[in-house]
Amino acid sequence: MSNVPNELKYSKSHEWIKQNNDHELVIGITDHAQTLLGDLVYVELPEVGQTVEQGDESGVVESVKAASDVYSPVSGEIIAVNEELEQQPELVNSDPFGKGWLFKIKPNNLDELTTLLTAQDYQAHIE
Amino acid sequence: MAEKTALYQQHLQANAKMVDFGGWEMPLHYGSQLDEHHQVRQDAGMFDVSHMTIIDVSGAQSQDFLRYLLANNVDRLAVDGKALYSCMLNEAGNVIDDLIVYKQAEQRYRVVVNAATRVKDLAWINQQAEQFNVTINERSDLAMLAIQGPNARSKVKQALDAEFIAIIDELKPFYSKEIADWMIAHTGYTGEDGLEIMLPNTQAETLWHKFINAGIKPCGLGARDTLRLEAGMNLYGTDMDETTSPLTSGLGWTIAWEPTDRDFIGRKALQAQRQQGVTHKFVGLILDGKGVLRNHQKVILANGEEGEITSGSYSPTLSKAIGLARVPKTIGAHCEVMIRNKAVPASVVKVPFVRHGKPVYKLIAEGVSS
Repeated sequence: MSNVPNELKYSKSHEWIKQNNDHELVIGITDHAQTLLGDLVYVELPEVGQTVEQGDESGVVESVKAASDVYSPVSGEIIAVNEELEQQPELVNSDPFGKGWLFKIKPNNLDELTTLLTAQDYQAHIE
Repeated sequence: MAEKTALYQQHLQANAKMVDFGGWEMPLHYGSQLDEHHQVRQDAGMFDVSHMTIIDVSGAQSQDFLRYLLANNVDRLAVDGKALYSCMLNEAGNVIDDLIVYKQAEQRYRVVVNAATRVKDLAWINQQAEQFNVTINERSDLAMLAIQGPNARSKVKQALDAEFIAIIDELKPFYSKEIADWMIAHTGYTGEDGLEIMLPNTQAETLWHKFINAGIKPCGLGARDTLRLEAGMNLYGTDMDETTSPLTSGLGWTIAWEPTDRDFIGRKALQAQRQQGVTHKFVGLILDGKGVLRNHQKVILANGEEGEITSGSYSPTLSKAIGLARVPKTIGAHCEVMIRNKAVPASVVKVPFVRHGKPVYKLIAEGVSS
């Protein structure tokens, strides 16, 4: 069974969102998503400084077999990307909620967080 | 309902991720497709390929029939046990399927075709066979295991009795040997050394466990695909089909033009194509920029002409994206591939990309277009 940590928020498109503080959200893809994709071999991340709207395509994760878009779960400015993934995309498989994070966003509007799924909702969504 | 091979329960027990493949429920991987790929390149892995269609052709005119049915020439099978790769063409000279034909004995041949093409292949073969004194017999009672890798044959020998060991020791590449109701072939689809064993469904499970105990790891269709792509081997339905000629699919070498009086299905159309001159060719590509090559991506030549990736993926051995592509003959040493609306540079190479665990591809020299 997939791991769905309680303290995180989720999107229907299988991103997770961790709120470090009001100015920094960390985004990654869920354990469920990485399991479906299989071994990742390439990750394309947004540019630091780029502004994104909620739902924008903001990256791509590619396994041996398939490519999948990553959508920004909130609007804001990209303030960091996980550069280690360029050399080690497999971190997304081995540690999707930790070392496999994708990018960080400075949110424009924290109210958007209320549109996201709780761990319980996400669990139901993937069952 | 999807069909299941005799090893279906073993796949579940080995935690396989099962997928539908040409109407069969087959293992995609058993945890990690990449690990399984490296297992075959570096040691020994086994694939359940029982979904493939085994067809026995026998009778007084079986050689004449296959001479007519196939674009390669079964007269080349001078010795019992020898195997031959061939295309089966339609009248338009396009590819109905690719296959391996084994000569088991005089007037007795075994043909292995793809799983997804089973129904149309059997219909075509039976239809063509009407004019000949032959018997066509599908062998759905047989399972098939492919054991591949540098240590494949030594590990298989550990698992089998003396009489099998003697056969495996003597078997040259692209030869096969029957032993009771088994057939052992020194063939494969990975670019590594290895065997393909056909045996009764009822004995498959026992053999599977013997092989696991000998240290041969189960590998899924995912690894099978990246292995064959690295080996520069075509996949039917992806690299060629009923709309493409072997001449533009990198399969010209499989057509036996000589003797010129051999009539085979598709010959007239192929000769006409050859006289008119084909405009496209089949090449390997290695992506120089970032990303992964995928089927159907557009290839842009330096002169603006366009081609298409037919098989694209990530090469675990080279740690680069690689692909096979059908492109205009004017292609030079470099091109670009459109990946998500970006033109990414790629180099044109002569395949295979990998053989026996090592990179072997050759870059096409600048300014040469053959």
